[in-house]
Amino acid sequence: MSKPYEIIIGLEVHVQLLTESKLFCGCSTKFGAAPNTQTCAVCTGTPGALPVMNREAYRLAVKAALGLNCQIATFTKWDRKSYYYPDLPKGYQISQYDQPLSYDGYLDILDPENEEQTRRIGIIRAHLEEDAGKSMHDEVAGKADSRIDLNRTGTPLLEIVSQPDMRSPAEAKNYLTELKLLLNYLNVSDCNMQEGSLRVDANINLHIDTPGGKVATPIVEVKNMNSFRAVERALAYEAERQWEVWQETRQKLGDVPKQTRGWDEGAQITRGQRSKEESSDYRYFPDPDLVPVTMTEEAIEEIRRSLGELPARLRERLVEEYGITAYDSDVLVNQGRSLVDYFVTVADRCGDGKTAANWIQQSVLRTLNEGQIGIDRFPVSAEALADLIKAVLAGKMETSRGREVLARMTETGETAAEAMKGLGIAAVDESELEALCAELLAANPKVVEDVKQGKLKAAASLIGQAKKKNPNVNATRVREICLQLIEQM
Amino acid sequence: MSLTALSACDLLAKLDASEVTSAEVTGAFLDRIEAHDGRIGAFLRVDAEAALAQAAAIDQKRKAGNPVGRLGGLPVAVKDLLATEGEVTTCGSRILENFRPPYNATVIEKIRAADGVILGKTNMDEFAMGGSTENSAYQLTRNPWDTTRIPGGSSGGAAAAVAAGMAPLSVGSDTGGSIRAPAGWCGITGLKPTYGRVSRYGLVAFASSLDQIGPLAQTVPDTALLLEVLAGHDPKDSTSVNLPVPRYAETVNQPLKGLRLGIVPEHFGEGLDGEVEKAVREAVAVYESLGATVREVSMPHSKYTVATYYIIAPCEASSNLARYDGVHYGYRTDVKQVAADLEAERKKYEDAGDAAAVENLDSVLVRMYRKTRSEGFGPEVKRRIMLGTYALSAGYYNAYYLKALKVRRLIRQDFDRAFQQVDVIAGPVTPTAAYPIGDKVDDPLAMYLCDLYTATTNLAGIAALSIPCGFSSEGLPIGLHLQAPPFEEERLLRGAAMFQRATDWHLKRPDLGGE
Ligand SMILES: [Zn+2]
Repeated sequence: MSKPYEIIIGLEVHVQLLTESKLFCGCSTKFGAAPNTQTCAVCTGTPGALPVMNREAYRLAVKAALGLNCQIATFTKWDRKSYYYPDLPKGYQISQYDQPLSYDGYLDILDPENEEQTRRIGIIRAHLEEDAGKSMHDEVAGKADSRIDLNRTGTPLLEIVSQPDMRSPAEAKNYLTELKLLLNYLNVSDCNMQEGSLRVDANINLHIDTPGGKVATPIVEVKNMNSFRAVERALAYEAERQWEVWQETRQKLGDVPKQTRGWDEGAQITRGQRSKEESSDYRYFPDPDLVPVTMTEEAIEEIRRSLGELPARLRERLVEEYGITAYDSDVLVNQGRSLVDYFVTVADRCGDGKTAANWIQQSVLRTLNEGQIGIDRFPVSAEALADLIKAVLAGKMETSRGREVLARMTETGETAAEAMKGLGIAAVDESELEALCAELLAANPKVVEDVKQGKLKAAASLIGQAKKKNPNVNATRVREICLQLIEQM
Repeated sequence: MSLTALSACDLLAKLDASEVTSAEVTGAFLDRIEAHDGRIGAFLRVDAEAALAQAAAIDQKRKAGNPVGRLGGLPVAVKDLLATEGEVTTCGSRILENFRPPYNATVIEKIRAADGVILGKTNMDEFAMGGSTENSAYQLTRNPWDTTRIPGGSSGGAAAAVAAGMAPLSVGSDTGGSIRAPAGWCGITGLKPTYGRVSRYGLVAFASSLDQIGPLAQTVPDTALLLEVLAGHDPKDSTSVNLPVPRYAETVNQPLKGLRLGIVPEHFGEGLDGEVEKAVREAVAVYESLGATVREVSMPHSKYTVATYYIIAPCEASSNLARYDGVHYGYRTDVKQVAADLEAERKKYEDAGDAAAVENLDSVLVRMYRKTRSEGFGPEVKRRIMLGTYALSAGYYNAYYLKALKVRRLIRQDFDRAFQQVDVIAGPVTPTAAYPIGDKVDDPLAMYLCDLYTATTNLAGIAALSIPCGFSSEGLPIGLHLQAPPFEEERLLRGAAMFQRATDWHLKRPDLGGE
């Protein structure tokens, strides 16, 4: 039974930008270095050191914002957001408060209710800020020192704030999936949640139908979600929890202060955080150490020209140009730009987009998934796969045989021709085939009898025997010849 | 005449002519510090060995016929808020007691590259907050003209060192008058460059939009020489301006023909001491005698200077000083004690069955922050952190900070209008001559009012200097304040040098006794 409420979800996503160096100093942003080896006077907040903006970070941020269909501000400034935490060495974070670099955008996502359709999710703003460091606490609080790693401090972060336009946890997941895909296509972030290069906070409440009209429940911010699945589950849990709280307390939006809850992955529940930790006055004010940033229309257009083809448009084009289904197009595009490039090369060379899409989905993607690798590490080149598909299309072997060839190519790195040769695949000529069929019929009088009586299915066993004698035979052709010969008997 | 009585330019001429060595000059100033600084207290630290080694290296260079830098082996004293690599830099604060920066401030690099010999670090008000150097966590600095009086601040050590002949050149910083007021009170020349003229990289920040590093010296040409070394664009400071640096020392003695001097009537009102007013008016008359025309220019918003300054500066300071939390460097309170205190409190509440109080206990971290900062900072710094934190808080931001920014723009517009009519604005640098030590310690507001004439320059971001223009009946120096449009330091220096060629106030020296 459907519940008498609507779930309202907005997401705040932080992604680290793929720059060589940090936002306000020259330190490397590489992940995984020994603690505190990628720091300098600036990013450790050493007295007297001053920030200087990294133009490349700003360019990537604008690129991402353009991909999100945002308006780009021609004038922005930097603000200080003040709070005390050991991994924030200056006691403030440099961010953008009331003049973000971009605003008013949108992202079209797959509608989980109807995969043929899309839903448009508004983007309120996307702005740049510097990342904080990492605190590593001992398990027993207070019993041991906490350790601070400032390697991450100052890494450029793009904060993308959506409108509260999502109506289900599944939509939230689709939004994140599409956002990640877009940012991957733009090559602005690798969006790796495990390494912390993508982080999500969610705001959620319910709009409940009551006899007196729609009532909104208090908004809750959910944190600590470490995967897209966790986001989906946490939001589903939270919606249910809010429904129960509503039934008990009838608390409406505004009745209680905004609450922050953390997702407990082990217990699969959200837990309230101490109100003391959440109430903050960040005392924003313009950072006097940095000058405002101006962007000319020409500079914005130049970045726009560098966007390349984005997923939404690409999906349409693959359907139009290669005659594949919307579903197939979606699967391919969702794998990322390099897989699409691979597909396009295969399809162009073998001349059959549909078949290319089938091969890639049924064979290539399986291998990639099994090996947990990307297409860039797949040992069979697009050209080699295209040659194999061409050979199959030309009837040189059956599809199933072709898959064996591909398996061998994957293993050995051989070309299609080499692998076919290695497997002893050669075209069987007609006379050879007829001789083989005649031999089989002579050896199987029972089958001949059955077929004559109209049980055409009985011929199937002949095909199996033929394949045993010569794996290169074409099953369809064997069947055709056998039926012909029986008719002539 | 002893070496320490000579101006920097005269010393440089002797050095260039190989009449003296840098080691001799440096040694003479070190001896003078040794003889008198016990009583004056201008220096927090002097590294004689390092200074003599640097001087010897420069002498070697000169002897070998290699080119020598612009400062040619002249000693320079440095205010203790400029980062010096590997050497203690305290900013006059307990909280940076043992702080050794891992890098050099840009101006330190420039002084070294110009073959300036760094004598040591001079005393200052803690974090440059104050006008008397009484807020130093370490020591008092006394005015060489009357050791019962303050030298001014916050660059009090810098000014006293030059006035006492313990350094021919000195580097200070000026956020609301911290170079010019002590220069005026100590009877020397001090210049605050236009905001953006000198790199702030490595200057431990007080109020970032107002702070500017500048030179102090006996004479205007000496000041011009040091400014030439300090000034210039620095890619490490986003607010530093990319403009060529004029050869100030070469043009400084060219008089300004047809100089139009402005007088601000608002600067001659209530609070201005009669002797100071007289000295300043006489200085203006000197300019007239040199051919300058004088006219009044109104600065209707100058009456808001102190109010505006004491919003903006503390706001920025509260944020700039947030980093001193005991986590990464500097002073940290005894954390074991903090943890023990917390446990004792927890136990007390638990025994009393007060669950709410237990729940409300702050963590060790929060207590460590609070205790570190309350032990590490002095009262004036705390006062300003609280002022700034309050003014930036939600609900107050518009009424204070934003309003102050608007007034700041109006003050700048006052100057823009005035400089359409005049080339340089002249006036008093401080309302009175140097006051007795301890006089205003309990009255911060009275001390803030001393910034009346100087802070407006910082708010407008323009250039200004102070030169001696007379003495009070008690024998205390009085300063003349000259202000010029942005990046017109050359005009300022030429205008000031005109005055010094016509007067000898800058040649007077305090008698330290024991000569
Ligand atoms: Zn760094």
